[in-house]
Amino acid sequence: MDGDTLTIAGRQFTSRLIVGTGKYATHEQTLEAVQASGAEMVTVAVRRVNLDATASESLLHVLDPSAYVLLPNTAGCYSADEAVRYARLGREAGLSDWVKLEVLGDEATLLPDVAGLLEATEILVAEGFKVLAYTNEDLITALRLQDLGVAAVMPLASPIGSGLGLLSPLWIRLLKSRLEVPVIVDAGVGTASDACLTMEQGVDGILMNTALAEAERPVQMASAMRLAVQAGRLAYLAGRMPRREWGVPSSPATGMLD
Amino acid sequence: MSDEVQIEVNGRNQAVPAGQTVRGLLDSLGLDPRLVVVELNRQVVRSTEQDEVELSNGDRLELVNFVGGG
Repeated sequence: MDGDTLTIAGRQFTSRLIVGTGKYATHEQTLEAVQASGAEMVTVAVRRVNLDATASESLLHVLDPSAYVLLPNTAGCYSADEAVRYARLGREAGLSDWVKLEVLGDEATLLPDVAGLLEATEILVAEGFKVLAYTNEDLITALRLQDLGVAAVMPLASPIGSGLGLLSPLWIRLLKSRLEVPVIVDAGVGTASDACLTMEQGVDGILMNTALAEAERPVQMASAMRLAVQAGRLAYLAGRMPRREWGVPSSPATGMLD
Repeated sequence: MSDEVQIEVNGRNQAVPAGQTVRGLLDSLGLDPRLVVVELNRQVVRSTEQDEVELSNGDRLELVNFVGGG
């Protein structure tokens, strides 16, 4: 796949897999999984410093910002104001204006609040942020996000942390066919076949976290996901055979014995 | 004039010497300023300004850093 690169906001990536850094057992395991995934961009969260900790818990101890593009998120924010506040803190912490913007609307499903998302996007784009917007599969929301100037639209495959895989291939293909900005499927992928199937829809990339961190062997799953994303991308580029509801022999029908 | 000011750091009340700067507070807490972002009364304090900004009574600070997240 030489030359098949992903470009977001003018920045080129060889890997189409972006990984989160949450829920790993240790910092060491986080780093090993990130390395095995081949990801060049990783998401991080902004949280209070634990003033009772004896040593710094900062992820910057393990993830070298010169080796990885750190993408601060606004995970856990339920209003536009709160998300904007976290985005500004993330910018200062990472010295980069990229943000994975999440504005959630419901604690049980973690589905996005699209009104809050559009509001926060408008503010952050005006402040010069490169916004990668976590959203649902709704085309109209995605088009509005694009109009507002997001760097990428990130529709979910299924709810965050659910591992249910790609529930709506049709809507995801529709989004991809109508958007000019990159489409990165974010959330819901559970295992390698989910990642492969998602990439076969023609999307530009996948962002995942729990599928790796909650695997029995996260580093091994990270390798599997690296290969699955590559395989799905390659299959999409290769163009799949038509689906038929009848059989067609693969061996010659001629030259059979009497 | 009191020689201490009362502030709130990450939700906890704390007294600091009058004239304490943001950078001084980070030092006193043993925090590496390269790894911590400071928000003072909801405004980000840039690292270049931390030496100049002095803390006042009732200031509310949030000290944050990057942790694992998706």
